[in-house]
Amino acid sequence: MAESSLKPMSSEVIEPPVTTGSAPRQDETGSGTESDDARGYSEEVEFTAADDPAVNPKFESPLLSVKNLGLWYGNNQALHDITLDVPEKKITAFIGPSGCGKSTLLRCFNRLNDLVDGVRIEGDILFEDRSIFDVRTDVNALRKRIGMVFQKSNPFPKSIYENIAYGPRIHGITSKRKLDDIVERSLRGAALWDEVKDRLNESALGMSGGQQQRLCIARAIAIEPEVILLDEPCSALDPIATSKIENLMMDLKSHYTLVIVTHNMQQASRISDFTAFLYLGRLIEYQETEKLFISPMKKQTEDYITGRFG
Amino acid sequence: MEKHTTHFAEQLEQLSEMIMRMGGMTEEAIGKSVRAMTNRDSTLAQEVIDGDLEIDRLELEIDDFIVELLVRQQPMARDLRFLATAMKIVPDLERIGDHAVNISERAIELNEEPALRTLVDIPVMATRAQEMVRGALDAFVQGDPETAWSVIHMDDEMDRRMDQFFRVLLSHMLEDPRTITRALRLTFVAKYFERIGDQATNICEQVVYMAEGKVIKHPRVQKESRDEE
Repeated sequence: MAESSLKPMSSEVIEPPVTTGSAPRQDETGSGTESDDARGYSEEVEFTAADDPAVNPKFESPLLSVKNLGLWYGNNQALHDITLDVPEKKITAFIGPSGCGKSTLLRCFNRLNDLVDGVRIEGDILFEDRSIFDVRTDVNALRKRIGMVFQKSNPFPKSIYENIAYGPRIHGITSKRKLDDIVERSLRGAALWDEVKDRLNESALGMSGGQQQRLCIARAIAIEPEVILLDEPCSALDPIATSKIENLMMDLKSHYTLVIVTHNMQQASRISDFTAFLYLGRLIEYQETEKLFISPMKKQTEDYITGRFG
Repeated sequence: MEKHTTHFAEQLEQLSEMIMRMGGMTEEAIGKSVRAMTNRDSTLAQEVIDGDLEIDRLELEIDDFIVELLVRQQPMARDLRFLATAMKIVPDLERIGDHAVNISERAIELNEEPALRTLVDIPVMATRAQEMVRGALDAFVQGDPETAWSVIHMDDEMDRRMDQFFRVLLSHMLEDPRTITRALRLTFVAKYFERIGDQATNICEQVVYMAEGKVIKHPRVQKESRDEE
């Protein structure tokens, strides 16, 4: 898969080759190749929410705008005609059963799917009104502006300090004082500073799972992105660590736009402003979170969130 | 999409049954309280008063069950609306039971004095009240907003009947002051029926919310907030 071709990118939020956990990536792309029948969903979805404002709100100046996006892994179509706006400085959640395409969609935003062999994409994604697929787009610069945090925390096997300083350094910052500032600001931003300030030179691998995940968020913040993509960031964490990450996300949205993929509907309902429900690679319904979880418009949404199928 | 019946679905069914049972008990209490009055049967009235304990007990049991389901299932969408609705209508049912007790108490008092001829309207109001309670519960269990709306419309008739009945009683009191005590007791009884109608209406407003996710109560407040926007 993609890992072998993954060079250390300018953006440190991309998982480095050394510690790449293939699990999160294969989770979604793998399920794309799995037959839908095998999962028990044989019925076709009859509806795509593209043009109905009642189930797909439009925003005046969305930061990210997905336009009729289709994606194929070889002959397998993983995304069908997705149209969706991501509003700025909000938390947008993607939910849906495994294999629905939510992680695949998330990975499109910073072109991580480019790294997968045999991927074909149709349609477009606009980031501040410019196509991210444009030949002139510098993918490394794009990934600096749109960072990613993965399901499995993936700190570099280095010190806590070096984990944060790595990204800014390869972006050309060499001043020790500046780096110190960035490290402190990022760790504070990720609500981790007080816990680790006395052991910045210890290995990041000695931290707890929740701390490692917050370190990955701090690492993402260090290069000052505009968007942070989070792929199941809490699925391996206990409720206390989860709650810390969730509070952190709520704080972060005053400065950043967050898009989160989660299996945990309660989590989506707790923290997100908008929620999109995907099923079999299609967008079924996209709503204000409260509306989606209290009175969804689509029966398929209702059946999924009330646990009546699957 | 593949459907499956969950344990949760069975529990929701069980909750529906409990609420229906509670509703049935209140409906029966209304019927008995009126018969206690028309047949001058104070024993029956006492039966209603004693029976209210069962209704109260069931209310507590249902409350516990709802909180348990909220904690264990963390329901969403229609399940959430169903439980939120159940939580709000159960106190209404309990109050309806209390009104039947109040009617029975007035019946016992009235039965100790000579009968007044003006009782005629009471059985009609009682029948309407029972119909409204039954209709409200059917609407709830079937999640049927149309039935709910038809019950809500019945409430106007209830209010009219109560005003009319009050005027009749007033003329009695003016004509013959010896009827004042009894006429006042009957005024209360009419008011209890009118309140039962209101409570059935409350239930139905909740049912419309449950079925359609649309809030229809307090139209004036809602108009204000619309105007502000």
